[in-house]
Parts: sequence; structure tokens; C-alpha cells
Amino acid sequence: MKLRGADAVLRSLEAEGVEVMFGIPGGAIMPTYDAMARGTSIRHVLARHEQGAGHMAQGYARASGQVGVAIATSGPGATNLVTPIADAWMDSTPLVCITGQVRSSLIGTDAFQECDITGITMPVVKHSWLVLDPKDIPHAIKEAFHIARTGRCGPVLVDIPRDVQEAEFSYKPVEKLDLPGWRPPTKVHPLQIRQAGEVIAKAEQPVLYVGGGTLNADACPELLGLAETGRLPVVTTLMGKGAFPESHELHFGWPGMHGTKWANIAMNTCDVLVAVGARFDDRVTGKLSAFAPGATVVHLDIDAAEISKLRGADVPVVGPLKKALHELTREVEKHREGGVPAPEAWLAKIEENREAFPLRYSSKKSDLLKPQWVLEQFQELVAGDDVIVTTGVGQHQMWAMQYISTERPRNFITSGGLGTMGYGIPAAVGAKAARPEATVVCIDGDGCFQMTSQELVTAVLDDLPIVVLLLNNGYLGMVTQWQDMFFDGRRSHVHLTQAVPDYAKLAEAYGAVGLTVNEQEELRPALREALACGRPAVIDVRCDPAEHCYPMIPAGAAAIDMLEFTETEVQSG
Amino acid sequence: MKHTISVIVEDKPGALTRITTMFARRGFNIDSLAVGPTERPGVSCITLRVDCSDHSLEQIEKQIHKLVNVLRVTELVPDDSVERELLLVKVAATAERRAELIAMAESLHARVLDLGPDAVLLELVGLPSEADAFHELCKPYGIQDLIRTGRIGMSRPSAKRNSQKRVAAVN
Repeated sequence: MKLRGADAVLRSLEAEGVEVMFGIPGGAIMPTYDAMARGTSIRHVLARHEQGAGHMAQGYARASGQVGVAIATSGPGATNLVTPIADAWMDSTPLVCITGQVRSSLIGTDAFQECDITGITMPVVKHSWLVLDPKDIPHAIKEAFHIARTGRCGPVLVDIPRDVQEAEFSYKPVEKLDLPGWRPPTKVHPLQIRQAGEVIAKAEQPVLYVGGGTLNADACPELLGLAETGRLPVVTTLMGKGAFPESHELHFGWPGMHGTKWANIAMNTCDVLVAVGARFDDRVTGKLSAFAPGATVVHLDIDAAEISKLRGADVPVVGPLKKALHELTREVEKHREGGVPAPEAWLAKIEENREAFPLRYSSKKSDLLKPQWVLEQFQELVAGDDVIVTTGVGQHQMWAMQYISTERPRNFITSGGLGTMGYGIPAAVGAKAARPEATVVCIDGDGCFQMTSQELVTAVLDDLPIVVLLLNNGYLGMVTQWQDMFFDGRRSHVHLTQAVPDYAKLAEAYGAVGLTVNEQEELRPALREALACGRPAVIDVRCDPAEHCYPMIPAGAAAIDMLEFTETEVQSG
Repeated sequence: MKHTISVIVEDKPGALTRITTMFARRGFNIDSLAVGPTERPGVSCITLRVDCSDHSLEQIEKQIHKLVNVLRVTELVPDDSVERELLLVKVAATAERRAELIAMAESLHARVLDLGPDAVLLELVGLPSEADAFHELCKPYGIQDLIRTGRIGMSRPSAKRNSQKRVAAVN
């Protein structure tokens, strides 16, 4: 069958089962957009900025478990995708980016909108292709999807010059992959499993430290099985939030900088720390040398390079987590049946700590809305529903982690590793495209909102009704908090103001519903209206600008030395 | 500590760049690097010399191994492998000192490749340590130009296979 390269791009994407892609056309990708106009089964969501398209594809991937697809033109279109690519790299999100490139005869001449995007993205992709022959398009795209979703998930990029998209060739679908150098582990070593099973079952004070890898591996039922079989306490990282139902009696919060004190105490006093698809990020460990000093580390990961990268693993288990956790459960079960007792005293102790160090914020009577209270109200209202929460990055993100109870996998979508402000709105749009039946709410800050708010237009025009719950404190809140705490309160360029822009009016200008909340009693009606209206909506909640996020491990400090909220705390500003 | 790593790669565009980019990104340094074809068409060998701790070496090997075009990563352990380097040097040689220089070079198994009116071009193939020694000995004569290929290496067939240091869980 004779096809143009551009048609081969679409046929190849269709063959991979792609249902939705996110992008913006431009010069060098026009042949592919022309092919879309001539017909494809794939829904194209037109973003307003390529960064938005990239984060939408990420939100789509994280909500659905499928590979996200973003498409952009050469030069600035491609460079605008760099942030989502780097974000997907840090958070192991399967993402295929397709970019147009200038004609192959012009490559290297500094042609209009030329940029070496494969070169620019090289440190943050699993692999990339510059396709110079249309015959290679089906291979490159098949390989791209395979690499993005196998092993440790991550981003890949396929760069296709305009003339290659235009050239005709005889198209044949690709049946077999030829990737001799790509052999991610498919099995786990039985000896490693036996060792891990024994160490875990015999631990007196074990903790399962669960990261985003568990969600990527779709290994949540197996995790539940292991925890329940062994009676093992679970803490989930920001990226792992939702991998374990948070109302479960064995879930003990989140570790790290703004995690709960009881979770950090548990992790730092445990005798066996079982890392499951987690990578000992500095935001989790605090000062690494002081982290979980007495613990024997069992590390389960699909990526061998994560084993002993930061914290030496005493028992490494390399392989797919679904299999590893399943087999580990059987091992632990054997030990329990053989009379090795469950760590009930330890569970009771963590429970005691949970009661001793609850999440707290000021209960003093105040006219100002506390962001934590706002999230508590929201949580109460939607409890039990299938709600996907996305966030930006900063204080609001940490409060969302603390106050939103995520009961199902893939229902909490955030930028963890890269910490990309502005991630929330486009990720919500992508998540809604993936799971239209779910309620999708972006819990955002006013700083983040202003970085990608133009994608509200996409939500409106593509009929992707998301709700933005904006915790508007008028500041770059997390930076302000650090200035208050570690820079003697010198506020430097953090004041955004609460009233400019008028977020409700801005939402309306974009065709969305805009609501403003100043008083406690206005919140619930606004939430109900936004959730019920069936259109994209923004609720601008004017919050206490001086609120700090607690508890907190100061940067560089040991995780065990968490600062807690105290009612007497002097908050400047 | 210094280590020599042998990386077998598919000869695809960007294969070398991906490896060097990984080194730069993760803060590892490359002392020397040599690339060339192997007995298999479409497959190249990259020999890297790195100065790093054992922990970093393990990271380097694992990270390289994850690259899609990389087929195999091995550390060449000194006792179980041979390493060679090629050195070219242009040494100032007046008529009076030329004979002495050539005698010195030949005693170290270097070859004379070209003679000019006031300089000699010499070649030495040998152990990197021999190249170091030869380099030092040439210095007093006045080195005009010197280049070294960086080392290449191969495991000894006489060495036990399992003594090859491979990354445990990866390969």
C-alpha cells in the first residue's frame, strides 16, 4: 500500500491503539495534520500551548495507564515540549512525543524553526529517533511505544522532517520489533524473593515504602495482598498516592518533607524498610545519611539502576513489581503460616503515633479561610466518588496530599520529581479525556494557575469539564514560607495579589464557570455548583495568605526532626 | 580508582552521544574514550576509561546498560584482560641527537614513521603504562606534537568467564 509518511504516522499510532492525542499544528508538522484532516480514528485535542499538550498527554497516561501522545511542530513547538518530557522522565510517565522537523536537506543550516530537539532532549528521554526515511516511520513509532511503556516507563521522542512526512513509500505494518539492546527484566529471581520474604516476614518493625512505580506496574492489588497477608504497614509517597487505599487500616500516611510525622517516625525507626517502586528521593529521605539508620533495606524495582543508587539495598529484587509482589506475598504467607508472628505491637505503636501527632492547623477563630479547611470540606463532599485530583506544585500540592483521601489507583496525579508548576490544569484536561466518567478536579495554587490557565479554553472547547479548586493566597506560597522560615522573613518577589487577575472573570472570559469564595458558608454551594454544572469551572477560594504548610522537614535536616505546627508560631506577613 | 569499561553498541546515530550525555548529566568523568568497529557489522565497541569509586562504577554500568542501543557492558578487569594504546609523537631532533633518540625509541619498540630535517615522527603501540614511559622519555628532546588514541581492551580467552566483572542484576 502506497502511503505518505504522514499517513504512516497516523496508521502507526492507530495500530498502537491510540485513542486521544494532544497537540498544536505548525509548519513542520503540517503534513501530519493534513493527514488527520483526511481521516483518522484518533481524537485530537487542540491545546493552546505545547507545554499544555505535553502535560495533557501525561495526565491522560497517568489516569488511564496508557501511553500519552503529544504532537508539536519543530523549533519552538518542540522546545515547549521539553518541560513535559523532563517531567515525564522524573516521574516515569509513559509519553510519546512526535515533533515535526525542518526538511532533511535543511537540517544543520539554522533554517526557520529549526532546532536539534533530539539533542536538547537527550538527557531526559529513554530514547529518541530522528527519522530520515519514511520507511522507518512505522518501526520508529512501534519501538517508541514499546520503549515508553516497558521496563521503567518514561518519555520518548520521534522527530520527523517535513519532507519525510510528505514522501510516498510502500507501507507495511510492523509485526516484529528489532531492539536487541532493550531487554527490561520480565522475571524476578526466586532466590531474591526467598530472601526478601524471609527478611520481611521476620521483621519486628517493617514498613512498606511505596512509590509511583507500583502504579505504573498496575501492581496495586498485589501490594494490597502483600500488606494484608503480612499485616505490614504501608506509607505511600507523593507519586505512590492512591496505590494503596488511604482509608485502609494499614495505610499510614506519606513520608517526607511535608508528610505526616507518624509516617516519618515509622520509616526512620523501622527495622526493615521495603521500598516498592520508590527511589529514595531527597524529598522523602531528608538528610540521607540520617535516614532510617537501623533499617535493613529490601528494594523492589524494575530499574536495576535504582538499586543502591542512593541507599544501599541489603536485599535487591529486580523485576516487574506485579510478579515480585505476588511471589513475595506467597513467601510471607508461608512464614506467617509457619508461625512467624505479624508485627501487631509495631502497628499499634504507629497507630499511637498517628493519634499523638495528627495533622494540625490553626483552630483560632479567623475571618480568613484556611486552605486545609477548604480541602477538608471538599473531601467530605466527594468522599466515595470516583474523583481524580490533579495538582500544581507548592503548598497547595502538599495540602492536597495531606487532606485528600485517595482510595483508588490513578486518582491522584501530580508533578513529583521535576516539581513543574502549572502541571495541574493541563493534566486535569488530559485525565478527563482519558476517563470522562470520573470527576476531575485540579487543586491548584494561584502561582501555578497563571502558568497554564490558557488550557481552560481547551477544556471548554473540547468539552472536557474539569473543576479547578483554586487555593488563592495571593503568594507564591511555598517560596514565601521558605523566605519566612529560612530567610529571616525577607519577602522577595513572591506577592502575586489575590485580586489580580480576577480568576472568576478570567474563567468566564475563557467560557468556563467562574465562582469566588470569600466566606466559609460560600464554599459548599460553590463546590456543589462547580461539580454539577457539567462545564469547566474555576472556584477562586481566597485563602489565608500567611498559612504555612506543616509538618515539615527543613531542607538538609534528618527526617526524624520534623517541625510541627504550633499555635504560638509567629507568622509574618 | 581507575576502571576500563567496554561497551558494545549498535552502530546507530547518536549511540555515542547518548553515552557521553549520560556521563555529563550524572557528573561522571571520562579519562579516555576510543570507538571502533567490531567483528560484527553494525556493531561498535566503545572503550571508556573512568576514574571513580566502585559505587559510581556500578551506577555507570547500570545507567549505560539502560540505553536502548547498548548491547553489553563489561568492566575489563586488569588481570583478566589486555589493554593497548597507540601513541604518535613528533619529537625535535637535531642532527647530533637524532641517532640517540632513534635508539631510545627502538629500545622501547617504538617505530620511526617519518624523518624531517629537525624532527622525527615516532609511533608506539603498547600498554598504556609503556606509552606513559615513552612520553616521559621523549620530553627532554622537545615534543612538538603528541597524540594518544586512548586505550582499547579485550578480555583474555584464558581468563575464567565468570571472573569478568558484570553488573549483577542487570545483564
